[in-house]
Amino acid sequence: MMGIILGVASLVGMSALVKGMENGMREAMQAIGGIEKVSVIQQELPPNQSHLSDQVVGITMSDVEALKKNATLTKLITPEMNLGRGGVVSRGKKVFRPWNISGTWPNALDMNVHKIEHGRMFNEIDDDLARNVCVIGTEVRDQLFGTFEETGKDIIPIGEEININGQLFTIIGMFTRYESEKQKKEREYQLANPSPERLGPERRTGWGRGGPGGFAFMLKNSTIYMPLNTMWLKFRASAGTNNIPDPTLSTLNIRISSVEELEAALQQARNVMMSTHFAMEDFTFRTQENWDENIRAQVNNYRWSGGIIAAISLIVGGIGIMNIMFASITERIREIGVRKAVGATTFAIFIQILIESIVVAIIGGILGVFVSYGLVELLKILIPTDNEPVITLWAVVVSFCFSVLVGLMAGIQPAIKAAKLDPIEALRYD
Amino acid sequence: MALVELENVFKIYQVGDEEIRALDDVSLKIESGEFISIIGPSGSGKSTLMHLLGCLDTPTSGKITLDGIEIQNASSMELAAIRNRKIGFVFQSFNLLPKLNVAQNVEVPMIYAGVSAKERRERTMEALKKVDLENRAKHRPMQLSGGQQQRVAIARALINQPRIIFADEPTGNLDTHTGENILNLFRELSQQGSTIVLVTHNPEIAAVTPRRIEIRDGKISFTEDDRLAGTSLNK
Repeated sequence: MMGIILGVASLVGMSALVKGMENGMREAMQAIGGIEKVSVIQQELPPNQSHLSDQVVGITMSDVEALKKNATLTKLITPEMNLGRGGVVSRGKKVFRPWNISGTWPNALDMNVHKIEHGRMFNEIDDDLARNVCVIGTEVRDQLFGTFEETGKDIIPIGEEININGQLFTIIGMFTRYESEKQKKEREYQLANPSPERLGPERRTGWGRGGPGGFAFMLKNSTIYMPLNTMWLKFRASAGTNNIPDPTLSTLNIRISSVEELEAALQQARNVMMSTHFAMEDFTFRTQENWDENIRAQVNNYRWSGGIIAAISLIVGGIGIMNIMFASITERIREIGVRKAVGATTFAIFIQILIESIVVAIIGGILGVFVSYGLVELLKILIPTDNEPVITLWAVVVSFCFSVLVGLMAGIQPAIKAAKLDPIEALRYD
Repeated sequence: MALVELENVFKIYQVGDEEIRALDDVSLKIESGEFISIIGPSGSGKSTLMHLLGCLDTPTSGKITLDGIEIQNASSMELAAIRNRKIGFVFQSFNLLPKLNVAQNVEVPMIYAGVSAKERRERTMEALKKVDLENRAKHRPMQLSGGQQQRVAIARALINQPRIIFADEPTGNLDTHTGENILNLFRELSQQGSTIVLVTHNPEIAAVTPRRIEIRDGKISFTEDDRLAGTSLNK
C-alpha cells in the first residue's frame, strides 16, 4: 500500500517537475515572440545567381509594403534597423553598450512581446517627424541611472535625456523588467535572504543566473527602441549612397496567424518577396521550430526517464500488494473454503481476490495523489528558486490508472492461488 | 426415485505406494424428507462419504445421483452450482465469516445464486425468524454464543431452500443443553419437510434420527431404521 502511495506520488511529482521545467523553457521562447514569429534575414545569393550579386537590393521597405498588401497569411509585419554592436549610449560619465538599438515601428511592441511599464511607446507621428525619442529596457536604466540594489529605489527616467552615438534622445517610455519565473523567484529570494557579504577584494562570481533561456530575457532588457525614420535619417545617412540614407533593413519580422499554416505562410511570403527582389533569392526565413523541437525532445526525455524510475517504484508497490494478498488469503483459507461450500465457483473466488487487490491499489492511488500534492508543496519549499512544479490532470489520471493496473497485475497470482484451493482442505484448515 | 442414490461408490487415496480405501463399495439411498444420521468413529470414512454426498468431492468410481443429476463426472463449476442451490451445510465449528454480520453471513449463498439485493434482505429476515435470531441481524458472529452461531449457520444452510442439508457434528462444539436445542431445531425442520443428514461419531446424537447408518473401514456396516419397528437389516 505504502509502495503504491509513494509510487503514484513520485510519478505525479516527477511529471510536475518536468512540466515546470517545460514551462520555464517555453517562457523564453514566448518572450522572444513565440513560434509564430518568423524573421526574414539577408543571405548570400545561391551559387547559380552569384553573378548578380552587385544588383541585390537587400530587404527594404518595399518588401514591407509588398508583404503588407499581398501576404494574407501574415498577421503582423515589423521592419527593423539596428545599430548593431556599434551603438553606445551614455549619460554623464556612465557609458553602456546595449545589446540592441533598433529603429522600428510602434507595432514592434506586439511583435517582440514588449510591455511598457512607464511612459509610452512612440507613435506614428514620432516616426513621421523622425523625433529623437526612445523607449528603453530596464537594463539600460540600471546601467545609466543605477539599479534598485544600488540606489535603493526604482528610478523612472521618463523625460530624461541620454546620448546615443552622439545624438541626444529623450526617454519617453520604459519597458517592464523581463525575467523568467525562475529568475524572478531567485531575485525575490535574494532580496528576502541577502547572501552574506564576501570578504576580500571585489570580484565577479560567475555568468549570472536564470538557467536555460535566461539569456533571452537579459538581451530583451538590454534594448533601446526608437522610431524607424529617426534611425534611418540620423544614423544611416552617412552609410548611404547617392545622397540618401541606406534603406536596407537589418531584420524584417513577420508574425503568421497560426503554426499550422507555417509552411503555406512562408511560401506565400517567399513568392511575394521573389517578385520585389526580381527573382534574386538573397533572403531566407528563420523560424523557432528547432527551438520548439528541442524543448519537446528534452521534455520527452525527462518524462520518460523520470517516468520509468517512478514506474519501477510503483511496480515495487505492486509486489507489496501481492504479498499482502498472499498473506490475506492464507489467513482466510477457511473463509474461502466456506464460500466454496456454499456455492462460490472458482471464478467467483478469483474475481473476489482480484477486486480486493484492485481496491487496495485504488485506495493507494487516491492517497498517492493527495501525497503528491504535498510532495509538490514540499518541493516548492525546498527549491524556492527553481521553476514551479505544475501538477497536470493528465499526470494524475495516468498515474492513477497505472496504479490500478499494477493492483490488477499484483492480484492475479494470489487470486489464482485462492481459486485453486480445494474446499475440503480449506474447510479443514486451522 | 430417491433424492440421493449411491451405487458402488469407491473413494481411493494413493499415499505413496499404499492404497487407502476411504470408501469401499458403498451403495446407499436417501429419500426426500428423510432425517438420517451417519455414524462412525474418526477415520471410518464418514467424512469422505459426506464430502461426496455434499458435492465437495467426486468419487474414484461409482455413480452418485442427487436430485436426478449424476455428479460423479460433473465439473467443479457444476458442483459449485449444485452446492449452491441444492445443498446446505452446517459445520461443527459453525464456519461463519467473522468480518460479516449475521445477516450478511446468511446472505452469502444467495449472492452466489444471483438473487437481487431486495429479495436477499427479505429472505434473510425470514430465515433468521425461523431460527429465532431476527433481533441479532446486525451482530458479528463473535458477539453471539455458540448455539446462536450454529443457528445462524443453519439459517445460512436453509436460505437457498436446498433439497438436502448436511450437518457435520453440529453439536460437537456446544454444551449438551445447547446441543439438544440445535437437534430439536433439526427435528422441527425435518417435520417441516427438509431432508437432513446428520454426521456424527456420537450414537446418542444419532439416536434422534429415525434412520441411522454406521460406517466402518469405508463400508456401511450397519443400518437401523426405527420406522421398520426396530428391525435391523444387516444384523
